[in-house]
Amino acid sequence: MELKQLYREIVNEHNLHPVHKKTIENPDLILRGVNPSCGDDITLSLKLDGDIIVDGGYEGSGCAISQASVDMMVDQIVGKKKDEAIKLAGTFMGMIKGEVTDEESIEALDEAAALQDVAHMPARVKCAVLGWKTMQQMLEGGAEVE
Amino acid sequence: MSTLSEFRKDFEIFDSGEYVYFDNAATSQRPKQVMEAVSEFYRTVNANPLRGLYDWSMEATARYEGARKTVADFIGGASTEEIIFTRNTTESLNLVAYSYGMANVQEGDEIVITVMEHHSNMLPWQMVAKKKGAKLVYLEPTMDGTLTKEEYESKITDKTKIVAIGHVSNVFGVTNPVKEITAYAHSKGAVVVIDGAQSTPHMKVDVKDLDCDFFAFSGHKMLAPMGIGVLYGKRAILDKMDPFLTGGEMIEYVTREDATYAELPHKFEAGTVNAGDAVGLAEAIKYLQKVGFEAIEAQELKLTTLLMEGLKKLPYIKVFGSEDPAKHCGIVTFVMDGVHPHDLSSVLNDDKVCVRAGHHCAQPLMQFIGAGSTARASVYFYNTEEEVKIFLEKLSKVREVMGYGA
Ligand SMILES: Cc1ncc(COP(=O)(O)O)c(C=O)c1O
Repeated sequence: MELKQLYREIVNEHNLHPVHKKTIENPDLILRGVNPSCGDDITLSLKLDGDIIVDGGYEGSGCAISQASVDMMVDQIVGKKKDEAIKLAGTFMGMIKGEVTDEESIEALDEAAALQDVAHMPARVKCAVLGWKTMQQMLEGGAEVE
Repeated sequence: MSTLSEFRKDFEIFDSGEYVYFDNAATSQRPKQVMEAVSEFYRTVNANPLRGLYDWSMEATARYEGARKTVADFIGGASTEEIIFTRNTTESLNLVAYSYGMANVQEGDEIVITVMEHHSNMLPWQMVAKKKGAKLVYLEPTMDGTLTKEEYESKITDKTKIVAIGHVSNVFGVTNPVKEITAYAHSKGAVVVIDGAQSTPHMKVDVKDLDCDFFAFSGHKMLAPMGIGVLYGKRAILDKMDPFLTGGEMIEYVTREDATYAELPHKFEAGTVNAGDAVGLAEAIKYLQKVGFEAIEAQELKLTTLLMEGLKKLPYIKVFGSEDPAKHCGIVTFVMDGVHPHDLSSVLNDDKVCVRAGHHCAQPLMQFIGAGSTARASVYFYNTEEEVKIFLEKLSKVREVMGYGA
């Protein structure tokens, strides 16, 4: 997909009308993710019930790709088990780096799969993966537990 | 202006006519004469300068030292002992910070810089201040980028040991009153370091007239290859400084325990030098002189005026710095309401228009102007009015691409 088309068809909607850009009540995990070189800065909050992610939200600012990517990511992982979410993060980052290309794995990402073409935009890879990387880190134990 | 269009033909990268390159403040393009000079050096006289006693080495030395003379004349008749070749502005400034700063700044002293500095003229001084227990004092400009007399006269004091200041800001494009600041700093006994990375490509610089103690600049922003830069320093000060790097080429005698150093400027040029690119820099200087700074400034002013007038018509654009195009040195930094500079730059790239987006290595300045990051268009003499029109046309479509109804 061409860049302009990517913005028009996928990114803008999530950037301008995000669904998950909000604070959630009593989060269990909070982690900030930053791309210092471009100024993308998000704080991701998740609520867990045992092993299941039951709610998620984020705040922050940054470019449209970073913001839309987090929004789609939260969409994907709410309702999933922790290790499923971690696995999806691996798939997403692999896809963006051009290492994961098989359709079946990528389909699992659902709407987030639309960002596959960022793989051809090396300058924007960091933006696309910020949310996923932050989520992976927090679930793998790097987060402050409130 | 017909001659400028002739000069443009020397820049083969523009031959395809595909790209509008407006990131000249980051690095300029190079004309074929510069590339040919470098290539000719390696094809015909290549040998290690300053070492061999045979023809090629002597010729390589002559070319390298000839380049030094060209640079010395270019910045206002400095002597060749006062011209040190480095890799770039950053290395030049680090040389001063390590060799002069670390030896001359003591606990309780102050180093004065401005909040507009490029990180290259900030981090070396943060380092000296931290290691020496000195205080780093920041001059703050007004919102249009002006450093007022009150500001620098109130912050440069008897405690100030070094004043390090950018000649032209790479964000605002404003030319700072470096000559006045130098005179004032000298009256307080401070040494003055000028970061000339953004001035040297655009205006006649005269270090003797400025009377600064050090002046640093990069070749790659003024038509020369990447990897060659210059530090000018006053001889009396350089003489007393210890070397920055040690090793080959910078010695006189070496015993098992000790060494005496070579004379200036070789004392500061350890190891095999970048002679090929020094020759390229000399060629770039000759080229700039052929174009002439008057023509360069006139073209930049014309393009900047067009650019700023065009941006003014877009209500969602905010330009930083002065309202006066003459105070921009070809640099126009701006933000677009609702659109992150990275998205803006990516969308323009889709239309083959190259602009910079980010913090421009000036994060404290971004904080000062209240922008996380900005976009920057910067022109040079080889850019054209046609390119400004394309840029403005493409820019006016960006918000629509980003989902804002036209
Ligand atoms: C004002 C200023 N100072 C210093 C530098 C650093 O130059 P260089 O990267 O060539 O060392 C730059 C260029 O990026 C600059 O614009």
